[in-house]
Amino acid sequence: MRVALFATCLGDTLFPGAVRATLRVLERLGCTVEFPPGQTCCGQMHTNTGYHEQAVPAVRSFVAAFEGYDHVVAPSGSCVGSIRHQHGIVAEHSGDRKLSEAVGRVSPHVHELSEFLVDVLGVTDVGAYFPHRVTYHPTCHSLRMLRVGDKPRRLLSEVRGIRLLELPEAEQCCGFGGTFALKNPDVSVAMGADKTRHVRETGAEVLCASDSSCLMHLGGLLDRQREGIRTMHLAEILAGTEEDR
Amino acid sequence: MSGVDLGMPAFPDAARQAVRDAQLRHNLGRATNTIRNKRAAVVDELDDWEQLRASGAAIKAHTLSRLDTYLEQFESAVTAVGGTVHWARDAAEANRIVTDLVRETGETEAVKVKSMATQEIGLNEALASAGISAWETDLAELIVQLDEDRPSHILVPAIHRNRSEIREIFRREMAGSGTPAPTDLTADPVQLAEAARHHLRDKFLRANVAISGANFAVAETGSLVVVESEGNGRMCLTMPEHLISVVGIEKLVPSWRDLEVFLQLLPRSSTGERMNPYTSVWNGVTEGDGPSSFHVVLLDNGRSEALADEIGSQALRCIRCSACLNVCPVYERAGGHAYGSVYPGPIGAVLTPQLYGVESEDTASLPYASTLCGACYDVCPVAIEIPELLVHLRNRTVRERKGWFDRLSSTAMRGLGWVFGDSKRLGRAQRIASLGGRLFGRRGIGRLPWPLSRWTDARDAPAPAPESFRQWWERNRTGNGDER
Repeated sequence: MRVALFATCLGDTLFPGAVRATLRVLERLGCTVEFPPGQTCCGQMHTNTGYHEQAVPAVRSFVAAFEGYDHVVAPSGSCVGSIRHQHGIVAEHSGDRKLSEAVGRVSPHVHELSEFLVDVLGVTDVGAYFPHRVTYHPTCHSLRMLRVGDKPRRLLSEVRGIRLLELPEAEQCCGFGGTFALKNPDVSVAMGADKTRHVRETGAEVLCASDSSCLMHLGGLLDRQREGIRTMHLAEILAGTEEDR
Repeated sequence: MSGVDLGMPAFPDAARQAVRDAQLRHNLGRATNTIRNKRAAVVDELDDWEQLRASGAAIKAHTLSRLDTYLEQFESAVTAVGGTVHWARDAAEANRIVTDLVRETGETEAVKVKSMATQEIGLNEALASAGISAWETDLAELIVQLDEDRPSHILVPAIHRNRSEIREIFRREMAGSGTPAPTDLTADPVQLAEAARHHLRDKFLRANVAISGANFAVAETGSLVVVESEGNGRMCLTMPEHLISVVGIEKLVPSWRDLEVFLQLLPRSSTGERMNPYTSVWNGVTEGDGPSSFHVVLLDNGRSEALADEIGSQALRCIRCSACLNVCPVYERAGGHAYGSVYPGPIGAVLTPQLYGVESEDTASLPYASTLCGACYDVCPVAIEIPELLVHLRNRTVRERKGWFDRLSSTAMRGLGWVFGDSKRLGRAQRIASLGGRLFGRRGIGRLPWPLSRWTDARDAPAPAPESFRQWWERNRTGNGDER
């Protein structure tokens, strides 16, 4: 199956390990993965901060890079949420009918990683091995924009060697919220502190999520707390196999 | 803008104070957790909840689309049953009408049913300056009024207080405005409620004027509906001679039958009960039964303007249940006062800027007081797309505000937008960033200059990767190396 990989600007620049892991999982499952070089960013940071006009170039570059692919996969619930729910709003805002039409053609083909694996490939056991204690934080946009439900957890529960630990109040937001983290740092950190407290309570070695952005916030807090708890993207856990050991 | 507490610091500063108050965070965390769990339990009982929710949204959306017609129908119906309808363009006009109506009765005090509309317009303060005492009779409103505090929640105005704080307020303040609290009052809820009952009893028996809001106004019949838990509303609505109701124009529903939907949606969403203890409905006046004079003040106060905004007008569907407050992680940490408005929480963040505009720093900061986590939309009984509205209002803020900081942000966002508009520009930016990444190594960055210090004050920041994914792909998969 031919798949286009959308790295996301954050994954591309700050967390390339999560993107390489996504590539690895997809190729292991037999996909032919392409990386359209014209891709940049979904534009969510601009849209969600109210800069709809400044998000237009990102939306244009996205549809130009991914038009024509049957399957586009990104390791981020938040970016895919923005593509499916906000690209239309941004395009309409620009008044460019052609752009709106292109968005209408491209965005239904874009999947978050767990959606693609479970819904399109029909796989929950991706052949992964990860002998560690892991707790999973279901990120807000995966949960409430994309409604991925328990797909990430189903994928994780099939990983060999894993001990999956229940995160208390898992569905509550971690406090990242994009530019919210800078505009309202005190509330953002207070929310993150409660989330990391719950993570510590589980006794997990690894906090896993499907969004590098939330993990950047929570990882930044955990590192500062020096508790020795690592953050890993879902793809990074799914990428590891027994042969790697 | 009388009566609206918008002279506060903007949300981030107010929230900073709140977050540091350990007692407040404990009170709020406990209370919101309890209510949201109760709500979830009673909502889960109904297998047609989503249909009810869709009906609620549809009825409200329909009413708002023909609000002019329904308002006139309501006025005719009220007049036909012996009531008088007054139209108030804004807070000042509404306050003037109510003050004049109370003056005409010759009374100098009134008892009040809990009402968001009268808080919105600052009616108590307006009446006080005309020499009229307005007594709040809802328990939580009484606590707030006695303490000269401000409500911090739509349903539970004293949610920021715990029992022992309430005992202190009762002991300190009750004597000043009527029956004092018993000297041996403890923080036991039964005793606290008893003290409030005694204190309020005098006021109910004495008052000849009552002032209320309404949860619903039925266009077809001219009926007003108040939904409550304590029975204080029933006392106010039946005992005094004169009844004045201040009702936002968005409270209308077309017909009596529509209440079937809302009387299921509201109690489950708000108090987490299947049915609220008291539902009072009144239709005009009846000789020898209840008030002999009845006035409705229909309040616009920015609603028509909000109605004109295709996306923003959704907020006018709100039935003030406060489910969005109870589930909001930002509200839970920041508390209601941080929003600087009688409407706090997610609904306040979309309602307040629409009612008062985004000219002030305070109202402009409200659409940003959210992580857009979407929990509010999921619980909203009339399916208001609050996250979408927040983003819409952020866009309005960006378009309308032109201060130095707004210009600075705008320049930065324009620059980033330019980089993200083209993969070659992004690739060049990444190569510069990855040089930095190689300098830092893969360790986190502990300190960055303003404005990024707002991140690193409490969190490490990730260093850019020594090699972006794009560079890695080019090196390993295209054979082009670094030539792009």
